Amino acid sequence: MIGADAMVKCLEKEGVKVVFGYPGVAICPFYNSILNSEIESVLVRTEQNAAHAASGLARVTDGIGVCAVTSGPGATNLITGIATAFADSIPMICITGQVNSELLGSDVFQEADITGAVESFVKYSYLVKDVNDIPRIFKEAFYIATTGRKGPVLIDVPIDVQNAKISNFEYPEEISLRTYKPTVKGHSQQIKRVIKELQKVKRPIICVGGGVALSQANQELIEFAEHHRIPVVSTMMGIGIMPTKHPLYFGMVGNNGKPYANRAMNEADLIIMAGARVADRAISQPDLIFDNKVLVHMDVDPAEIGKNVGPTIPLVGDAKHIFKDFEEHDFYCDSDAWVETLNGYREEMEPKRPDHPGFVDPAKFITRLSEKMEDDAIYVADVGQNQIWSCAYHVVKNGRFLTSGGMGTMGYSIPAAMGAKYAIKDKQVIAVCGDGSFQMSMMELATMRQHGINSKVIVLKNNYLGMVRQYQHFTYKDNYSVVDLAGSPDLEHISAAYNMPFFRLTSMDEMEDMLDEFLKNDSACLMEVLIDPMDLV
Amino acid sequence: MQKKVFQLLVDNTSGVLSRISGLFSRRGYNIESITAGVTADPNYTRITIVTSGDDEILDQIEKQVGKLVDVRDIKVLEPDESVYRELVLIKIRVTSENRLSVIGLVDSFKARIVDVSKESLTVEMEVKGISDSKIDNFINLLEGYEILELARTGLIGLGRGTDNVTYLP
Repeated sequence: MIGADAMVKCLEKEGVKVVFGYPGVAICPFYNSILNSEIESVLVRTEQNAAHAASGLARVTDGIGVCAVTSGPGATNLITGIATAFADSIPMICITGQVNSELLGSDVFQEADITGAVESFVKYSYLVKDVNDIPRIFKEAFYIATTGRKGPVLIDVPIDVQNAKISNFEYPEEISLRTYKPTVKGHSQQIKRVIKELQKVKRPIICVGGGVALSQANQELIEFAEHHRIPVVSTMMGIGIMPTKHPLYFGMVGNNGKPYANRAMNEADLIIMAGARVADRAISQPDLIFDNKVLVHMDVDPAEIGKNVGPTIPLVGDAKHIFKDFEEHDFYCDSDAWVETLNGYREEMEPKRPDHPGFVDPAKFITRLSEKMEDDAIYVADVGQNQIWSCAYHVVKNGRFLTSGGMGTMGYSIPAAMGAKYAIKDKQVIAVCGDGSFQMSMMELATMRQHGINSKVIVLKNNYLGMVRQYQHFTYKDNYSVVDLAGSPDLEHISAAYNMPFFRLTSMDEMEDMLDEFLKNDSACLMEVLIDPMDLV
Repeated sequence: MQKKVFQLLVDNTSGVLSRISGLFSRRGYNIESITAGVTADPNYTRITIVTSGDDEILDQIEKQVGKLVDVRDIKVLEPDESVYRELVLIKIRVTSENRLSVIGLVDSFKARIVDVSKESLTVEMEVKGISDSKIDNFINLLEGYEILELARTGLIGLGRGTDNVTYLP
């Protein structure tokens, strides 16, 4: 057995079913060994998308994604994907081939110091120097990536280590990390303090973030909110944790959020931030003041607590554990009047969008699309105006809403949807992107065709980098600079080139029928939706 | 702004120092000094960092460093509960005329001369605290002399007594 066989064996032991990647000489021993395994390999068309696909898979399976690329440019191309996963705390193993270990540091062909380069985007990284360390390192890497605050872990394996004979392969049963011990269980004293406050306040609210989804605490959260009738708002990463139409859910907060969600945050006298970073986009509403409020900050990462805003009660631990612990205490929270007030705000303050005659309205389109999608469908939003519309108008029933929240990486949706669909073949998976983000990842249509991955792609086409155009509209008085997408390909031709059914929606009249037809089609297909280039989010 | 001394116990792996110093630089934290050396248990390295910032920054430093995978623990070495030491070497240009007066200064500071050449004297001096001004005072008194080179080890320290010891297996 050689190192490469051991790497594959480690993945098998961890239950990995698929590796997204792109080979090159330095990772060829691994890709040769994987042929003898049940593990499947998916060839993406550029390395960044291997990481996004692994991210999509990790998120919908509540598991971990794996990608494997070669040294040098293969590894550096992966970095944006790794950084995207890191910003959203997505567990992932990134395997990179490396040049011969004896040549390390001598700038040979396709050498890049990838462990050094990704240092600020990974939870941890390894450079394997001894083939006998492979089992221990893989075991540790999977453990580190999936525990505490989750995140990507990179393993860089020089080609000679992959080819070296391993004397005795034994996959460790136990982890013995001397220095890494994440906190999971919340402090019981702190939980009691929160309950004491909850009994005193009149206007409590929970703001959920991606951390709740990552700890698979959706059910616990909903039960907690329902039991004590506490209204819920969410950050962008927290969309879909609670169904959109749930009577206690009041939308996304932040500068792109719902006005009534922001008002609810402002008027609340107790806020529980659950698995949310209190980051700038969510909290930058100028009038949000934390004075005279009890702020409870629940996060598995102690460094997030107090980073952006000082909490009254810090609660370090895993959301699932903490919500369960809450349920062991009996208490009453008097919030009926508050919920009624918020219901009033929701009715009064729903923003009205101007009409855009002659075009499809993206708001109505996204609402109808998501209402027609299957209950447990997975909706992947890209980045740009499409993302903001998706956040605002998408109706989550019992499915998932995925997007690149922290990093805002354009081109995320198609590969992430591909990874999600690969993992859960019987669920409907739809990527919604703009014509800018589409062209950043359109090469993956080939991957979808090659591997029979039937996720669907919707392109909201306005011939502009809409979000930047909108920014230039407000900030530079319509002095547009480098935002015109003239020269873009005809998507009908693109569809034909990839042998995919094509739909072009040009007016609201055709919308219902075309959506039905699009959703009914079992194969991978592409829909172009013509929206007003001057539309604003 | 206040100064703080952090004491870290970290896994003795390759790259651990760059992981920690990289965290300081990318998050914009100050490092006034950093020293690293293996402990009695060769699996661990002890790192002492002198840093400065306001309370929020110092709190973030403690948390961000503490969550690095390689860091077993991070403690604050409070001045009144710790002993600190730093060693400084100063090479001063001397001539046969002024050598004796430099030696007089060195003696009055209870410093030691560790190297003598025709044109220079090298002095070793010990610092015992983060706000110890001995070096500055000495340098001030050297006005008129040329300091050829100066090197400092950076501060190290240990907590007093056994209350705050991390016992290794």
